Amino acid sequence: MIEIRNLHKSFDGLEILKGIELTVEKGEVVVIIGPSGSGKTTLLRCMNLLEIPTQGYVRIGKEELDVSTKWRYKEKVVLPIRQQSGMVFQGYNLFPHKTALENVMEGSVIVKKRPHAEARQRAEEMLAKVGLADRMNMYPHQLSGGQQQRVGIARAMALDPSVLLFDEPTSALDPELVSEVLKAIKQLADEGMTMVIVTHEMGFAREVADRVIFMDAGHIVEEDKPEEIFERPKHERTRQFLQRLQT
Amino acid sequence: MDMLSDRIIGIVVDSFLPLLVTGITYTIPLTFISFAIGLFLAFGTAYARLSSNKILYGISSFYVWVIRGTPLLVQLFIIFYGLPNMGITIGPLPAAVIGFSLSVGAYNSEVIRAAIQSVPKGQWEAAYSIGMTRRQARRRIILPQAIRVAIPPLGNSFISLVKDTSLAATITVTEMFQKAQQITAFTYEPLVLYCEVAVIYLMFSTVLSTLRSRVETRLERYVAK
Ligand SMILES: Nc1ncnc2c1ncn2[C@@H]1O[C@H](COP(=O)(O)OP(=O)(O)OP(=O)(O)O)[C@@H](O)[C@H]1O
Ligand SMILES: [Mg+2]
Repeated sequence: MIEIRNLHKSFDGLEILKGIELTVEKGEVVVIIGPSGSGKTTLLRCMNLLEIPTQGYVRIGKEELDVSTKWRYKEKVVLPIRQQSGMVFQGYNLFPHKTALENVMEGSVIVKKRPHAEARQRAEEMLAKVGLADRMNMYPHQLSGGQQQRVGIARAMALDPSVLLFDEPTSALDPELVSEVLKAIKQLADEGMTMVIVTHEMGFAREVADRVIFMDAGHIVEEDKPEEIFERPKHERTRQFLQRLQT
Repeated sequence: MDMLSDRIIGIVVDSFLPLLVTGITYTIPLTFISFAIGLFLAFGTAYARLSSNKILYGISSFYVWVIRGTPLLVQLFIIFYGLPNMGITIGPLPAAVIGFSLSVGAYNSEVIRAAIQSVPKGQWEAAYSIGMTRRQARRRIILPQAIRVAIPPLGNSFISLVKDTSLAATITVTEMFQKAQQITAFTYEPLVLYCEVAVIYLMFSTVLSTLRSRVETRLERYVAK
């Protein structure tokens, strides 16, 4: 479903991703962990081309992009790849001038050009699924953080993406609101959605992940089943990272 | 003394309707038309100044620099009295519309640019993440939020324009202030006439201020305060 080869990303000459190799199978849930500044967000954003890799190959679903030195940004090339994935942001990024329902419908109507009634029905289904059937006509500022984030998940899902990308979906939430969002994500995982999740919730990572990836300083240091990573980490840096979390 | 005040009251009453009619048929349309064209210019200029195209950026910056750095009165004189020397003759009313539109465009391009930039980057990213093009994102997501921010300063600019249209009198447009000058010419009561026209400007700007607050309240709807 996702294939990334030799991916590099630099900002102002400073290399942040240093040759990432990663494949994600259909239906797989991959969790990325790692210290702050290790490039987790950047990697995720390279997958839906919110950041354009400096160099490397990215395939999502059946759309692919190979960035070499001569590559120039073209919206026409980027859009089909980006439309393969949905993204859930740390800060929700809901559209404040639209209701929950309108937030979820927006992509269906404007991007997918679905008929209004069909888009609405789809959006209602998605909102019901994340437990917000009774909050559809509220504006984002009328919703709690947890509810806003669930709207964010519904918005990403409404476009039937091949992959869902999550960047620390719960780290802006009050502790008591974290579980409702994790529950919604877990439900999608159980339904076989392909997902890449960056999170600091290690308990959740363990529970939901098919595979955990540990990143440090722009490299994938280690990847394995959650039991292996959390109980028998092979690399010293992974061990140090997990130890620091426990204290 | 009585006779004098009777005469004055007569002048005030007799001139009120002609002044008001001129206001409604000249000042108000001149304001609306110039503002509408000016807004159009303002959006274009704001986009140009936000674009990565160096030529567009250069031209738009030059335009804003010149218009904001020179007096409106001087600009009107150049357009109406100056351009004929280059063989370009423009009627008084079109000249006024051109002058006012250019001014509205330059000042408000900065307002619109700042408003667009005030929308958080995350809104662009969210729009892109659902597959929108740059145009779709701008029109559906960014502009509606930016306009909310821009409305109060745009409203101020609109009300200033109502008053600034009096400058058109200097290039022979028979708008309201010009009309007051004409009436003064045969009544010899400048104090009365100019105060009267001031009151009518005050009426106009008060009505428009109320209108502006209504629009603002409506646009505040979705924002927690
Ligand atoms: N747009 C940008 N311009 C310049 N530097 C950037 C940009 N985006 C990210 N970086 C840098 O890239 C590095 C990796 O950032 P990234 O956000 O990917 O880390 P992260 O692993 O997600 O960290 P965190 O856990 O704190 O979210 C950081 O040093 C950051 O400063
Ligand atoms: Mg991050």
